[in-house]
Amino acid sequence: MSWHARSIAELVTALERREISSVELTGHFLERISALNGALNALITVTADRALGDAAVADRRRAAGERGPLLGIPLIHKDIFCTDGVRTSCGSRMLDNFIAPYDATVVARLKAAGAVMLGKANMDEFAMGSSNETSYYGPVRNPWDLGKVPGGSSGGSAAAVAARLAPFSTGTDTGGSIRQPAALSGVTGIKPTYGRVSRYGMIAFASSLDQAGVFARSAADAAAALGAIAGFDPRDSTSVDAPVPDYAATLDAPLTGVRIGLVQEFAEALEPRNAALIAGALDVFRSLGAETTTVSLPSLPLSVPTYYVVAPAECSSNLSRFDGVRFGYRCADPRDLRDLYERSRGEGFGAEVKRRIMTGTYVLSAGYFDAYYLKAQKVRQLIADEFCTAFQRVDLLIGPTTPTPAFGIGAKIDDPVTMYLNDIYTIGANLAGLPAISAPCGFVDGLPMGVQLIGPHFAEGRLLNAVHRYQLATDWHARTAPGYA
Amino acid sequence: MSLTSRDVEKIANLARLGIDDQEKPVYASNLSKIVEFVDQLARAQTDGVTPMAHPLEGLTQRLRADDITETDDHEKYQRNAAAVQAGLYLVPKVIE
Repeated sequence: MSWHARSIAELVTALERREISSVELTGHFLERISALNGALNALITVTADRALGDAAVADRRRAAGERGPLLGIPLIHKDIFCTDGVRTSCGSRMLDNFIAPYDATVVARLKAAGAVMLGKANMDEFAMGSSNETSYYGPVRNPWDLGKVPGGSSGGSAAAVAARLAPFSTGTDTGGSIRQPAALSGVTGIKPTYGRVSRYGMIAFASSLDQAGVFARSAADAAAALGAIAGFDPRDSTSVDAPVPDYAATLDAPLTGVRIGLVQEFAEALEPRNAALIAGALDVFRSLGAETTTVSLPSLPLSVPTYYVVAPAECSSNLSRFDGVRFGYRCADPRDLRDLYERSRGEGFGAEVKRRIMTGTYVLSAGYFDAYYLKAQKVRQLIADEFCTAFQRVDLLIGPTTPTPAFGIGAKIDDPVTMYLNDIYTIGANLAGLPAISAPCGFVDGLPMGVQLIGPHFAEGRLLNAVHRYQLATDWHARTAPGYA
Repeated sequence: MSLTSRDVEKIANLARLGIDDQEKPVYASNLSKIVEFVDQLARAQTDGVTPMAHPLEGLTQRLRADDITETDDHEKYQRNAAAVQAGLYLVPKVIE
């Protein structure tokens, strides 16, 4: 079996048995990137020399007797994570010239674990988008159909794993930016509980919603990757100081008696072929011993409008730091300080980022704050309370990840609200700070679709366990886009 | 609620965001649709609901001890700035 078709555990075994070195493995993936990335545009920056150097270090560590579930395993970081000495663009012209002066905690932890960064993944500008079309570096193409989007905002990270350019990648999820592209690209993606993974060095979009996570080909691979990045970080004031369970150790736990609730509001008005896939996934979970039921969260349909007040509000505040003075794009020949601010921001940001900054500025402005921002934070609390009540009855919630499979490049980019509705099933988990995972569950029109599981706070282990058991019983996650096997 | 090009100008001014004149009607139309979309929140019954302060129930922002833990790396950080002199960021003249 080719190296890029193997699981992380299989690769680690091969490294341990000296069947391959990390330098050779890294070289293999770098060759795939140079052969395939031109058509996909999944990576903005390839760090080949650094990767081979890091791989040599990993080989020496292993030769010295060190072991580890990611030691010598290549990965790709979303270009939202600061990487010391490497351009960190966030998909924006604003940061096209930005060389990060330090590592994000996610990057530092994976480095410490011996994982080898191959490069930085393309993404929607400042993680604002659901199709990867808002990137300054151009759209990412879906490996299943190059005319289709891979989803977003972590589109490059998802497409890279789908095209087997790396065994795993990092991403961030503010309203679905890991789960939605995971679904549309046919890979497994997990968004942990808010506060589970440090946001230090992760360029901020909406700080009360942003959370880092991972893409991999299976829940088992995702468990190894998440285990390395999760945990308390004093540098992030919202990082939660709680022990990280051994996610790999609970992967195989039986699902007997686990209560899974289908979210009624998700199931209503679902396209019949999508509904059939979710019903099929429920059948599998029942066959594995789970008990299934239906749960109603009546305020959940308000999650998208709630999000499109809260997220732009936080974005308008966070992105005020880009002023053309300390870092990032600066306009040519500013007349005065005001002109410097306005033109640097006007020229440095793309259209979607400007829309969100202006939406946020509007909902926070005098006279509108109570009607929009405060109201949205109240509805957000209602939604969180309904999730909390639901988790008294069930262990996990289930539903689709997206309403449709991947859509055509250019199909929705001119209509912001239609684009926003792509995240109708994913946003609830962000509003309530809950962990959620998307896993491949079948195909519509030859394109992959995802099933989403949502758990109570800190139930990442249970989510990975449920999807791992599902993936032992099915092979949707093992399907590879034609030409990338 | 419908926003005009004039509203876009006001908002862009608050956000210090340069917007070309020909783009203003496009943003006005986009923002009107977004505002119309989020207006459905007004129908939600939220009497007596406390606005969410933190996504994790009962958790608040942690404080740290007031110790010096950072090193002085200003030269490294200022390499990303467009104009720096003697450790200071340069901007256009503010006072004539």
